[in-house]
Amino acid sequence: MTPRDPHLLLQAAPFLRRGITTPRLMTEVVIGLGPVVLAACYYFGLSALLVLAATSAGAVAAEVALGSARPRGASIRDGSAILTGLVLGLTLPPGIPLWMACIGGLVAVGLGKLPFGGLGQNLFNPALIGRAFLQAAFPGALTSWTSQAGPSSFFHVHPSSLALPFMQAAPDALASATPLGMMKFEHHATAFSDLLLGNTSGSLGETCGLVILICGIVMAIRRVFDWRIPVCILLTVLAVSGAIWAFGQGRYPSPWFMLGSGGLLLGAIYMATDPVTSPMSPRGAWIFGAGVGVLVVLIRLWGGLPEGVMYAILLMNAATPLIDRVSQPRPLGRGRAVA
Amino acid sequence: MSAAPTQQGRLATEFAKGVWKENPVFVQVLGMCPTLAVTNSVANAIAMGVATFFVLVGSSFLVSLLRKLIPREIRISTYIIIIATFVTLADSALEALVPAVHHELGAFIALIVVNCIILGRQEAFAAKNPPLLAIADAAGMGLGFCIALLCLGGTREILGSGSFLGVSLFGPHFEPWVIMILPPGGFFMLGTALMLFAWMKQRRAARDGALA
Repeated sequence: MTPRDPHLLLQAAPFLRRGITTPRLMTEVVIGLGPVVLAACYYFGLSALLVLAATSAGAVAAEVALGSARPRGASIRDGSAILTGLVLGLTLPPGIPLWMACIGGLVAVGLGKLPFGGLGQNLFNPALIGRAFLQAAFPGALTSWTSQAGPSSFFHVHPSSLALPFMQAAPDALASATPLGMMKFEHHATAFSDLLLGNTSGSLGETCGLVILICGIVMAIRRVFDWRIPVCILLTVLAVSGAIWAFGQGRYPSPWFMLGSGGLLLGAIYMATDPVTSPMSPRGAWIFGAGVGVLVVLIRLWGGLPEGVMYAILLMNAATPLIDRVSQPRPLGRGRAVA
Repeated sequence: MSAAPTQQGRLATEFAKGVWKENPVFVQVLGMCPTLAVTNSVANAIAMGVATFFVLVGSSFLVSLLRKLIPREIRISTYIIIIATFVTLADSALEALVPAVHHELGAFIALIVVNCIILGRQEAFAAKNPPLLAIADAAGMGLGFCIALLCLGGTREILGSGSFLGVSLFGPHFEPWVIMILPPGGFFMLGTALMLFAWMKQRRAARDGALA
């Protein structure tokens, strides 16, 4: 951050800037996603790359096709479409047919972002809109989790990935349940170390908790996002599920399992922190994080689906304008803030 | 409108406006309840469209005939009674001819009575114009409604079940988009169609602006 040498500064406040532009922020997040993408490739092989390419292609195609119709022109250069595509891809199962992944990308940008007025105007996280649409449209494909191939068979592409457009995927012989699914339906807890190291089945980006955590800490230190949101989400999940676990006498999963399993880390660090769809003030960030955390635990333990991070974040996205209203910082010297 | 429009020209204009320029669903955004609720298959959309068309034309004709006899103060209730008469006819006809579709549409047939397209046409057009014009106007609006329902129903059935009018299009391995035959699919398709219309309107406005 080197301040330019101004001879005569002719502009309105603010005068001190951090030099952060939208493309730069997007680049930072894409770089922050890099290790997670690499981990996905390590565990799931070429299929991971193909799925990520398909979602990104869909997202960029929607941005190009619909973006030009917007009054402010296309925002293709700021990289937000690619980021949406990547994040969406990381939430999908590894064996998903590529045409579905591509439709997910199209819907994420074409339905989740552009109709609201483009980047900065969208109410919901576009990547999660894309995933919610896929989950509602193709519930079967979105809940068949192929197990890890491992690095030895990197070039093995899941046959279900290559299903023809609009056609069903061949059932995969290597399907296996996610840790949350095993907990919900078979009451079998996965070891915390496996959850951290990614030695489980699950969506592309969610399996390896350690990589996500490290990336998150680095990005928080670089102030790419507000650290309060993920910290508050994780603490709330720990506290609420810990309390339920302590009172439930073995009927409920341990808080550490809740923390490491499913898409919680991925969602808390890469999706809930989206600056467009999360509250602006620090106080709002705490409320937002607590809301997501409580909803995640409620949906996971008592909902119909094993995983609830997506819906928890989407619901709190919907509440964000309200949170922003009630958590507005009070200007110095003014009376009580008008809520 | 030219200075002395011929009777036929007037009829054609009144008929054509409902189909496209003032399409009741895509432009006036009226009659949303049946539009969203019964367009999950082509058969339902056709039955609903035909029933509404019949009720609309019939009641417009009758209201226009009686327009000088109906007291202003109770005109709305009179329209409703006339409309309800035709709805009852349509309801019984559908039940006799296509019982399966009638069962699927359920209460939505009876709800044609309160369809605001129909009441709107009585109040805005039939009550002020002679019977022939009223029929032309009602037929145009009814056709526009049918076309809109068919567009939505067709897209939703093709994507949601992989078939058109029950005929399978993609073979047994088609992966249905479950969401399309559920209520959210109706909202998505209607939103997309409205977006398309808004976009075309913008383009036309831009072109007209460039010409002027």
